[in-house]
Amino acid sequence: MAHRLLVAAAAALLLLLATAQPWLRFVLTIALSTGLAVLGIMMLLRAGQVSFGHALYVAAGAYTVAFLRPHSGEALFLVLAGAVVATGIGLLVGLFVTRYRDIFFGMLNLAFSMVAWSLLEKLYALTRGTDGIRVARPEVAGLALEGPAYEWALLLLALALALTSGGLVARYLRTPAGEALGAVKTRETRLEFAGISARRVLLQAYLVSAFLAGVGGAIAALATLHVTPLLAYWTHSGELVFVAILGGTGHVLGPFLGAVVFELVRVYAAASFPDAWQMILGLVLLGIILAATRGLVGLVDDLLARFGRRA
Amino acid sequence: MGLLLLLAVLDGLAYAGQLFMVAVGLTLVFGVLKILNVAHGSLFAIGAYVAATLIGWFGAEELSLLALAIAALAVGALFGPAIERGLLARIYDKEHVLQLLVTFALFMILEDLQKLLWGVQPRFEDAPVRLLGQVEVGGIFYTAYQLLLLPGVALVALLLLVWFLRRTLLGRSIVAVTHDREAAVAIGIDARFVYLSTFTIGAGLAALGGALAAPTTSLVPGVGVQMIVLSFAVVATAGLGQIEGAAVTALLIGLARSLAVYFAPELEVVVPYLLMVAVLLVRPAGLFGRRELRRV
Amino acid sequence: MSEALLTARGLVLAFGGVRAADGVDLEVAEGEVLAIIGPNGAGKTTFINMVTGYLRPQAGSIRFAGREIAGLPPRRIVKLGIARSFQIPQLFTDHTVLANVALCLAARAGFWAPRTPLGGASREARARAILEGLDLAHLAQTRADQLDEGARKLVDIAMALALEPRLLLMDEPTSGVAAAEKHAIMDRLLRALRARGVTAVFVEHDMEVVARHADRVAVWSQGRILAEGPPAKVLADPVVRREVIGVEGVAVPC
Repeated sequence: MAHRLLVAAAAALLLLLATAQPWLRFVLTIALSTGLAVLGIMMLLRAGQVSFGHALYVAAGAYTVAFLRPHSGEALFLVLAGAVVATGIGLLVGLFVTRYRDIFFGMLNLAFSMVAWSLLEKLYALTRGTDGIRVARPEVAGLALEGPAYEWALLLLALALALTSGGLVARYLRTPAGEALGAVKTRETRLEFAGISARRVLLQAYLVSAFLAGVGGAIAALATLHVTPLLAYWTHSGELVFVAILGGTGHVLGPFLGAVVFELVRVYAAASFPDAWQMILGLVLLGIILAATRGLVGLVDDLLARFGRRA
Repeated sequence: MGLLLLLAVLDGLAYAGQLFMVAVGLTLVFGVLKILNVAHGSLFAIGAYVAATLIGWFGAEELSLLALAIAALAVGALFGPAIERGLLARIYDKEHVLQLLVTFALFMILEDLQKLLWGVQPRFEDAPVRLLGQVEVGGIFYTAYQLLLLPGVALVALLLLVWFLRRTLLGRSIVAVTHDREAAVAIGIDARFVYLSTFTIGAGLAALGGALAAPTTSLVPGVGVQMIVLSFAVVATAGLGQIEGAAVTALLIGLARSLAVYFAPELEVVVPYLLMVAVLLVRPAGLFGRRELRRV
Repeated sequence: MSEALLTARGLVLAFGGVRAADGVDLEVAEGEVLAIIGPNGAGKTTFINMVTGYLRPQAGSIRFAGREIAGLPPRRIVKLGIARSFQIPQLFTDHTVLANVALCLAARAGFWAPRTPLGGASREARARAILEGLDLAHLAQTRADQLDEGARKLVDIAMALALEPRLLLMDEPTSGVAAAEKHAIMDRLLRALRARGVTAVFVEHDMEVVARHADRVAVWSQGRILAEGPPAKVLADPVVRREVIGVEGVAVPC
């Protein structure tokens, strides 16, 4: 119950920020899109597996939007298409990758994403290489919008998707298949001896994570209106895992909390220290891991507990 | 065509030498500390930058090789213990994911450190290459540095490392800890010291790889980034903790990449990863890895 | 005479130079309680591993309820009605005891239902019932990694029970349990099993437990069965006493 209030408060705060500081609309939309991808990473982390290649699915969502935009002017359709393509790729890669664990799982995901990055860079005729593809602003739910109105529409769309996904994922994690992710991490063989395919448990989560990353990528494409191969680069995947730990994996609010803090720090740090913002983020991450292992949601939980004790 | 092939092989050998230095350190550290050090490529880069700086300071061409050696030693001796004691020692009891992210955070910090210390302008100090002159091979002129010194040093490093691990007390302790930490500690091995030495050696090897690479290329921020991601591919393909395996795999990947550069440039980046996927498909624990069977 | 529930014939399995199974022939009748005894390394756990699909025999056959199961993977064998508990308890350490059992109940039915939580579909109540049967109800909300060894053993068995097996194989169910409680626990356990018509096979080193609770005993030695029969007869057999019990040095009730 406390968590639901927290989520509502967070959403309200987000909208407040967007109203008070109009230029934050873009940053917050990007943060929400990152959060969606990180939600998927979090699911895999429950199974103890780190993917160093989920940027692949973000890029898949983004580039699908870019490729389909000339043929469709509706944002809702483009986002859905991006998610579907990402999930399709997720199925092909996932069937292979879910046979492996730990470092091999992480590295194989990395491998596929680097192959994608390279293809996006080199196939200039199709993808315009490092220049990337410009995306013309689409309609949202049938409305042709300009400037601030478009930004608001996108932000609200991202927020709606975030709240829905968060709720659905939270529910999924309480089902046997979702709880079994933790069992894959602690005693995979026991799961098999109970008659359950650990691989199937992992694959299901993997597909959901690919879907979510695809949605995130699509939203990002619609916000930045420009897609580049860097979306698929391994450091982007690393950032997703970074945000997952920063936010905390104990609650579905974590990925979004982590993403907002990450993007805000990045924007402010990049503005003030253009050659040191990576270092600043790195130090923040170290701080969280060494001092607050359960991430930001852990800190919030502790604060709430202290509040509750005094009340 | 034959000439091109020869060039590709020679380039491949030189590159494999660099790749090996980083990959072997990475796999050594993983075998003992059980941590995949994402920042290992940054040590390579810092080794390269320090080497370039020293070459510039020393000025004289004759001293440039010395500069390389000093750079590698200095970076290894400084960063090795600092990172292991200052950072890694605090996370040995944490989950693997958190350990991985700590090294990722370190990577982010060290990458910007390079920018802060050396700026973003390319650095090029090729004194050692000029010093050693050129060699004729099958009708083409190739630098002695890349033909002989680079692969030579890598080979010597491999032999020394294998000798060290098999014949010295510290080396054998390292192998013991790799196989079974608890048993090793039970027979009196000082695990703390083993961890410290292993990481320092690994760091030194990476820095040496970087120092060797420095004279052959224009140094810009990001050289470490490319190197680490390829080293991951080598380590995963070879099998975790396999030293000789890393050498063979680095050679394989170095050559494959080089051949791609010359004959199928679009595939240059992709080839190492396709190799990795192909190997892991057939041998899930890597080329030389051993599958651990759990006892129930 | 109806066919035995489990029939093993000529099982052979060798690792390196060790013959962990050297021609094992055994029948287990439905509803009986069979104890397996023997020195360490005799091949008792190997036998359980073969029956449950963890290891594949190099020769021989295993028939369960009329079908051949040798070489099938563990998942298939579990679905056919064989469950096991482990020598070293295999629990989901980040989950509570209740969740551990509930996961196994869910594995039996309704695991993949996307909208039903783990505790739903009356699983929580049924899990509690199983825990109560083994006197573990007070530990329901305790995390599995916080339990003492005896409790871990019992939770491991509870999880196997939750799979509603026809045949339950237990690897040293009372090791780690306090001596004073062994008999009470075995009593409760076997009563619950007999009530459900579950056939039980258990590996045991404590001869008192074997004498009191087993219908039949099979003695393992060097990969094959040395002797089998009712406990009174087998435990008094001089060859058995020399080969097996003498080695263990445990006094045998006459």
